Amino acid sequence: MRRAFVNARLLDPASGLDQTGGLLVLGEKIADIGPHIRPDQLSPDIEWVDCHGHCLAPGLVDMRTQFREPGEEHKETIDSISRAAATGGITALVGLPNTRPVIDDVAVVEFVARRAREVKLVKVFVYGAVTRGLEGKNLTELGLLREAGALAFTDGLKAVRDAQVMRNALSYAKAFDALIIQHPEDPDLAEGGHMNEGELATRLGLAGIPAAAESILLERDRRLVALTGGRYHAAHVSSGEGLEIVRRAKSQGLRFTADTAPPYFALNELEVEDYRTFAKVSPPLRSEQDRMAVVQALKDGTIDVIASDHAPHDQESKRIPFAQAEPGIAGVETLLPLALELYHDGVLPLLDLLAKMTVAPARLLGLELGTLGIGRPADLVLFDLDRPWRLNVKGGIGKSKNAPYDGRPVQGQVRMTVVDGRIVYQAAEKPEG
Amino acid sequence: MDDILFPHQHILGIEGMGPDAITAILDLSESYVALNRQRDKKRGDLRGRTVINVFFESSTRTRTSFELAGKRLGADVINIAVEASAINKGETLLDTAMTLNAMHPDVLVVRHPFSGAVQLISEKVECAVINAGDGWHEHPTQALLDALTIRRRLGRLAGLDVAICGDVAHSRVARSNILLLHTMGAFVRVVAPPTLVPADADRLGVDVYHDMAEGLKDVDIVMMLRIQTERMRGSLIPSQREYFRYYGLDAEKLKAAKPDALIMHPGPMNRGIEIDSDVADDINRSVIPEQVEMGVAVRMACLDLLTRNVIANYGEDGTDGGDA
Repeated sequence: MRRAFVNARLLDPASGLDQTGGLLVLGEKIADIGPHIRPDQLSPDIEWVDCHGHCLAPGLVDMRTQFREPGEEHKETIDSISRAAATGGITALVGLPNTRPVIDDVAVVEFVARRAREVKLVKVFVYGAVTRGLEGKNLTELGLLREAGALAFTDGLKAVRDAQVMRNALSYAKAFDALIIQHPEDPDLAEGGHMNEGELATRLGLAGIPAAAESILLERDRRLVALTGGRYHAAHVSSGEGLEIVRRAKSQGLRFTADTAPPYFALNELEVEDYRTFAKVSPPLRSEQDRMAVVQALKDGTIDVIASDHAPHDQESKRIPFAQAEPGIAGVETLLPLALELYHDGVLPLLDLLAKMTVAPARLLGLELGTLGIGRPADLVLFDLDRPWRLNVKGGIGKSKNAPYDGRPVQGQVRMTVVDGRIVYQAAEKPEG
Repeated sequence: MDDILFPHQHILGIEGMGPDAITAILDLSESYVALNRQRDKKRGDLRGRTVINVFFESSTRTRTSFELAGKRLGADVINIAVEASAINKGETLLDTAMTLNAMHPDVLVVRHPFSGAVQLISEKVECAVINAGDGWHEHPTQALLDALTIRRRLGRLAGLDVAICGDVAHSRVARSNILLLHTMGAFVRVVAPPTLVPADADRLGVDVYHDMAEGLKDVDIVMMLRIQTERMRGSLIPSQREYFRYYGLDAEKLKAAKPDALIMHPGPMNRGIEIDSDVADDINRSVIPEQVEMGVAVRMACLDLLTRNVIANYGEDGTDGGDA
C-alpha cells in the first residue's frame, strides 16, 4: 500500500515541525515527509488524500482509559472503545487493569492482546496491576507481566494505600525500569466522599473529599520516590496543592510525572449542582481555583500528559442517587476537541498541546509512537483546527454516553484517523476546501 | 383561600422557596391547627385524591404525621416501606418511581437515605412530590413546622436569634432550617464541635460557635438536633459522655440564652446525650410536643396547596391558580 497525504499542515511535536506539505506512507510506515510531497510530484500508482490544509499530526496516544472487557461488556468492549477512539483521533489506547478478572496475570494480558488483534482498529495496550487483585497487599509478577506486554503498573482507580507496598513496588520495578502509576488519593480521607469538600457539598448534603486527600498521598509518594529512585507517575491530578507537590518533585530531579484529563481543566465542581451524576468523577471536580491551577500546570510543564480518563458507565450506574452513582466520564471521543480549547484559549501553543497527547505519553510508556518520524508507524490524525461544532454525546460511537458535555460548543474536529497506514475513521461529510 | 400564591409543583426543599411561598404555607397551616383541635377533624378537600408515602428509610413520626394529614383532608393514603437494604438490589429507584407513577397518585411523599434521591424521583413522575427527608440534604416540612411553632409563640420570625446545636454536618433538618430562617430574616448560629460542622458552613450565612455558652448567648430559640450516630463515620466525637458534657443542653448551659428562650427538638430525642430531661420536659420553655402538633397542620397545608396546583394544571375545575 502506497498512500500520500498532501496539502496538509504537518504537525510533529517531537521534532517541532509545523509546515505545509505532505506525508508518504509505504505499507505501515511513514516513508517520507515534507513540502516536496505534492500531487504533481507523485508517481501515478500512489493513491493520494487531499488534506485541504487541515492539520496532520501523529495519532493521539491515550494513556488512561477503561475497556470494561473482560467483565463488563455491557458498558464497553475492546471493539466499541476502539471504534470510539478512532472517531476521536486516538490511535493507541492504554487500559487500566480494573477489569474482571483483574489484569494481574499474564493470561489476561494475552486475552486483551488477542481481542485487540481480532478487532484490529487502533493499537490497544494494557497496564498490569501493581498488587494482586488490586488488593494493595502482594505485588504481581511485574517482570512477567511486562514481558507479556503490560506497559506499566497501576492499581487503577485504587490508590496503593500501604506505604511499604508502594516502596517495594517502586523499588522492585527499577529492575525492569517499569513505571508505577498512582491514583493519588488517600483512601481514608476520601472514604465515603462523593464530591469536592466545600460549600456546594454542604448545600447538597453530600460528603466531601478534601484536596488534602490528594496532596497527602502525593507528598508521601514524593518521599518514597526519593527513597527508592523509582519511576512514578501521578494520574489525573486535580488540585492546586497536589500540583505544587508534583512541581517540587520535578525540581528535585525525581522521576516523577503527572497527567490530567479534560474534566479537570474544562469543568469545575459546579457541574455537580442538581446532583448531576454524569459529572461525578474520581478524584472529584474541584473549585475554579483548582481548575485554573491545572491549566497553569499544563502551561508550565508540571503536567506532562493529557489523557481521556475514559470511564464508560451504563444508565444503571448513573441514573441513581448521587452517592450511589459510579464515578467516571466517557472521554475518548471528546479528548481532542476539549484539549483544543487550551489552544484556542491561548493557554498552549498547538505543538506543545499535541505533545502532551502524543510524544509525551509515548515516551513515558516506552512506545515508538506519537511522532511523524520517517520509519515510524503511520498512525495519524487529520483534524480541522477551527471548525466550530457542538459535542453530541448522545450520538456518540462508544457504548456508554456518560459525559456532561452534550451541546458544548467546541472548535476543532477530527476528519480522519489512520493506524499503520489503514484509514480507520473518516468523517462523513467532506471538509470544506 | 383561592388567591394563595404558591408557584411550586413539588416541595423538594426550602432552597428556591421565597418568603411569600413560605408565608403562604404557614398562613394556611394556621387554619389547620384550629381544625385539628376540633372534635371532628375530617374535611373533604382531598376526597378522591391519592397520597402515597414512600419511605426508603424507617420513620414513625414523619410518616404518621403525613398519613394523618392526608386522611384528615379526606385523601386515600397508602404507606409503602422499602427496606434500605433492598435499595441496592433488584428494582432501581427510577423503576420504583415509574411503577408508582403508573398508579396515578396525586402526591408522593418520599423519604430516602441519599441526598438528591427525592429530586431524582420528582423528575420521573407526573404527580406532586414532597420531600420527607433526603440524606443530609433537606427536610422542608420539618423546617416549616418549626417556623410555624416559632411564629405562633413569638409572633414573628424576622429579627430573631436562633441557635441550631449539635450534629449539623449530618442533619437535613439543620440545612432546611438554616435556609428557611435565613429567608425569613432571622439570624442563625450553629453551635457544634468542629467535627460536626459541615465544610464552609459560614458560607451559608450562619455564625459558627464551638462553645455553648457563647453560642447560646441571648438567643430567642435553642434548636437541638438529634445526634445521628447511625450516620457517623470515623471518630467524630470521642464519647456520648463527653458530648453531653460540652454540647448537651441542660439548665446550666441554657442560662446563656434569653430567659424566655424556647427549646426545640425535631425528635426523636436522645435524652442524656444531646438534651437533659429536665430541660426537654420544662413545660414553660420546651415546645417539643407543639412541634409535633404543628407538623400535622403544616403537612395538611402542603398537601392542600400541591393538590390545588395539580387541579389547576389539569384544568379540572376551571380555576386558574398555580400558574402565577
